[in-house]
Amino acid sequence: MSAHASNAYVPKSRLAKWFESRLPLVGLVHSSFVAYPVPRNLNYFWTFGAILSAFLGIQIITGVWLAMHYEPSAKGAFDSVEHIMRDVNYGWLLRYMHANGASMFFVAVYVHIFRALYYGSYKAPREVLYILGVVIYLLMMATAFLGYTLPWGQMSFWGATVITNILAAIPVVGDTIQSLLWGGYSVGNPTVNRFFSLHFLLPWMIAGVVVLHVWALHVTGQNNPAGIPIKSSKDAVPFTPYATVKDVFATVVFMILFAWFVFYQPNYLGHADNYVPANPAVTPAHIVPEWYFLPFYAILRAVPDKLGGVILMFSAVVILAFAPWLDTSRVRSANYRPIYRQFFWVFVAVCFLLGWLGAKPPEGGYVVASQICTAYYFAHFLIVMPLCGLYETPTKLPGSILESVTGPGKQVSGAGMPVGAAAAPTTKG
Amino acid sequence: MANTSAAAPAGAAPPEATRRDFLFLATGAGLAVGAGAVAWPFVASMSPDAATVAAGAPIEVDLAPISDGQIINVFWRGKLIFVRKLTEKEVTDMKAVPVSQLADPAAFDSRVKNGHQQWLVVYGNCTHLGCVPIGHSGSFEGWSCPCHGSQFDAVGRVRRGPAPTNLPLPPYAFQSDTKIRIGEEGGKAAA
Repeated sequence: MSAHASNAYVPKSRLAKWFESRLPLVGLVHSSFVAYPVPRNLNYFWTFGAILSAFLGIQIITGVWLAMHYEPSAKGAFDSVEHIMRDVNYGWLLRYMHANGASMFFVAVYVHIFRALYYGSYKAPREVLYILGVVIYLLMMATAFLGYTLPWGQMSFWGATVITNILAAIPVVGDTIQSLLWGGYSVGNPTVNRFFSLHFLLPWMIAGVVVLHVWALHVTGQNNPAGIPIKSSKDAVPFTPYATVKDVFATVVFMILFAWFVFYQPNYLGHADNYVPANPAVTPAHIVPEWYFLPFYAILRAVPDKLGGVILMFSAVVILAFAPWLDTSRVRSANYRPIYRQFFWVFVAVCFLLGWLGAKPPEGGYVVASQICTAYYFAHFLIVMPLCGLYETPTKLPGSILESVTGPGKQVSGAGMPVGAAAAPTTKG
Repeated sequence: MANTSAAAPAGAAPPEATRRDFLFLATGAGLAVGAGAVAWPFVASMSPDAATVAAGAPIEVDLAPISDGQIINVFWRGKLIFVRKLTEKEVTDMKAVPVSQLADPAAFDSRVKNGHQQWLVVYGNCTHLGCVPIGHSGSFEGWSCPCHGSQFDAVGRVRRGPAPTNLPLPPYAFQSDTKIRIGEEGGKAAA
């Protein structure tokens, strides 16, 4: 953090000085995104925060534009979406960007979460930073669910029905919550109207929590693949240009994947049934949620009891927030944890397997497999995390971040970066 | 707050409540009541509005065109309701089911109206998560749910999970042998 003092923003012009003494905004941006010291060993998994920020922006902008043409009523919703697709100039592009943007948002957030779990980014002193991330994830799930109901197709309608019935399983207050969400005696016109309002509200709440998330990040500093803190200025490089360029480059590469879906497979991640208008008399033969909810859907169905399934499904998300205290190991990065590293990859495989099972019909072997995977999912947090930390012998940690990059005993010049580049990154050496 | 007004001499008795303490408590209580009073309209506005309630008035259903074994869909308050004319065989089979073996025990007689045992009127949404079960399917002459595999028998009793309870009966009454009124039980409107 010593880089802070030496690279602090100093306003030069009279106008800049006048403004800075009244609102130190430029200085804040400079210390957060220019001079901010970044561990020099970050890999590309650390670019997903920037990718997620980009997608929050894309979703908000395309969403505001879609709202100019969308009609939030049971009668008009389906037709207005078709109107966007057929009549509005570039409406198809706005809608496909918004729909596939949601999926890409979840792809990025899952990489981001698994990265945090692998490198122990949730451990002290980053617990609050990490829990804010879980809060953002919960808000994202709520927003995605609300948004998926808005086209008012068959999957929208029955998704809304199933999820609001899940809430009705909550003891005592469940029926009241359900009635307040419905605004009637069943999913209907008042429901789609208020879901639109809430779908518009939640992204701004996400943006608010993202500000807290980034603030907390800049208080504790970034974790890194070695999982050891910055000890000297040689361990760090300034955010600009190193992290800025890397983040932008990774975002652009990720946009290629996004563009491929938008332009070549815009409906691959959706369901054909959602192009059938909502019909409260017929449930689609095979009802499944969007892919990003499938693991939790599998957990819900693994339990042959309504309330039990609902409790387990919510617990599967909430348990993430307890990881900082369930993991007893003092070593952050799984690179130096030979046993935990294997359990981690089993956990990733189980999550994928749950996702696959969530898309299968709820019968026979699929149910048994879901039950086994659900048990393992919770065992990872409740058994593996506490015990592994107690019994595992970690491998030797590098002495510093610099050493993890250059190998022990070598100088900065061996790192492939000229001496002094970190101190004066904008001048060519 | 109170002890900022005047520095009490060391060793003095605990300071008495001041006017500032009184104002603090009174303002706090006023704010709490005010916040609750303001929050209430916001929450209450989300419950079913007058138009929705009015549209939930009872409906009449003509049973005459329904043939043996047929199931028809009707909507009351936006909710799907099945009206089913049971066949003689279904009536006999359903009466023979031992009540003690059911997950949600209910005798045949409690599922139909006295003197109209051929007619079943039930809500058409699965008691698990609200999907519409498919009629004349499953192993119990009744419904099976495509979403999570629950099965109901010919009088809507749950026979296989994960649904926790039988399909509920809406309030209804026979106006004549071929006409029912859904939404009222014995002349009383449903709440």
